[in-house]
Amino acid sequence: MTSTLKISGLAYAYPDGYQALFGVDLDIQRGERVALLGPNGAGKTTLVLHLNGILAGGVGSVEVAGLTVEKENFQEIRRRVGIVFQDPDDQLFMPTVHDDIAFGPANMGVTGDELEARVSEALDLVGMAEFSDRPPHHLSFGQRRRVAVATVLAMRPEILVLDEPSSNLDPASRRELADILRGLDITMLMVTHDLPYALELCPRAVILSGGVIVADGVTRDIMMDDVLMKENRLELPYGFDPRNVPA
Amino acid sequence: MPSPHQHGHDAGERLFVHRHTRIHSLPAEVKVVAMVAFIFTVIATPIEQFWAFGVYALMLIAVAAVARIPATVILPRMLVEVPFVLFALLMPFFGTGATVNVFGVTLYQAGLLAGWGILIKGTLGVVCSILLAATTPARDLLLGLERLKVPQLIVQITSFMLRYTHVVGDEMNRMRVARESRGFHATGIGSWPVIARSAGALFIRSYERGERVHLAMLSRGYTGRLPELTPYTTTSADWTTAMVLPAAGLLIALTAWWIQK
Repeated sequence: MTSTLKISGLAYAYPDGYQALFGVDLDIQRGERVALLGPNGAGKTTLVLHLNGILAGGVGSVEVAGLTVEKENFQEIRRRVGIVFQDPDDQLFMPTVHDDIAFGPANMGVTGDELEARVSEALDLVGMAEFSDRPPHHLSFGQRRRVAVATVLAMRPEILVLDEPSSNLDPASRRELADILRGLDITMLMVTHDLPYALELCPRAVILSGGVIVADGVTRDIMMDDVLMKENRLELPYGFDPRNVPA
Repeated sequence: MPSPHQHGHDAGERLFVHRHTRIHSLPAEVKVVAMVAFIFTVIATPIEQFWAFGVYALMLIAVAAVARIPATVILPRMLVEVPFVLFALLMPFFGTGATVNVFGVTLYQAGLLAGWGILIKGTLGVVCSILLAATTPARDLLLGLERLKVPQLIVQITSFMLRYTHVVGDEMNRMRVARESRGFHATGIGSWPVIARSAGALFIRSYERGERVHLAMLSRGYTGRLPELTPYTTTSADWTTAMVLPAAGLLIALTAWWIQK
């Protein structure tokens, strides 16, 4: 069976010489939800930008559902990999919610009724159907984040990549987003510092530190390994104990 | 301005007055062409034919009536032309040739006539664009420009400007609050360096946001063209309706020239 995401020996240095990745190997199967953890500066964003070829030119390879990330495949790769960026204002650049969600599929050549169907399907998945004609800045931050998720769901990606999905959300919005994400039948890679969120949503976690994967396993086990956590500057919030969370 | 249903307060929507009229429903590119053509006929009319401008004004009042845009919307917006009006008002005081005496003030005839020309042609043009903006949402206007083959790049830049005015404005506001929270008050020229540095920081931040937006666009398959998302049909009836205004204008202009000779 082909992996949904297969990263082999990926190394990358920025043009200014700063090396961010030193040989990353990661294999994600269809339907998995994986948390990508790691301290600031570990190379998480660099890794994410390799998944759809925004960054390239280093060593190693990335494959998405059997297709290698390289220039000839960019259009198809960008359909297969849906990245939700951290700031929804960066993601939502069209005049209305509808147009923004239509942007991706339209770039893939979807038109007419099929395009409208994609838009309403994506809006329904994130519970934002009634906001279709609104300009993005009329929405609350939590609503904008949900629309940002919809913009990539409309492309029917193989893998959903979320960069800090819970950041800046109030607790209710944070929980609502969790409910939505849990309900999606899709492979997911979630970059986050929000460890309880990772434990809640992702059965598997990997730790990226110093440009390499230093741990890969069951999220709960990783979080209970105090030495591993400490070595990688990962800390659970005050009073939070993974042992007390129902499996 | 209270209206039956206002849809928002964007930079572009603020000027739009929501109504359901024939003029509102005309496609944007049709309205743009009609307006520009009408303005050209106004400009081409000899300024000595005062009656012609009266007719033009009546025509625009008729358009406003059909579009149900009240004078209370149009008149305040006409203030944008004040700087130009001041210039036109100065013209009669300078010049050569024949003069007239108005309440003991000597005015030059040629200057009076030229000032009148600028004032009336400018005013008619301003009212035209106010009517266009009040009957066409900014977003449709951009789509219209695109269909009129205005370069994609310009349309895209304008569209991003509309989208991000608020975001950058908010950022600017947060920076102001942060400055003032640390005891800064803009007082005279001494505070300019601080303001200038803030402006620089705002520029860098906006530039970086531009890069992030571009990344997000690339990630969703952007290849340099915004896809056409709103299917449209412009009928010949639309064109016929819209062209009534410039056609009538042309008739007036030709008549004015014929009398002038």
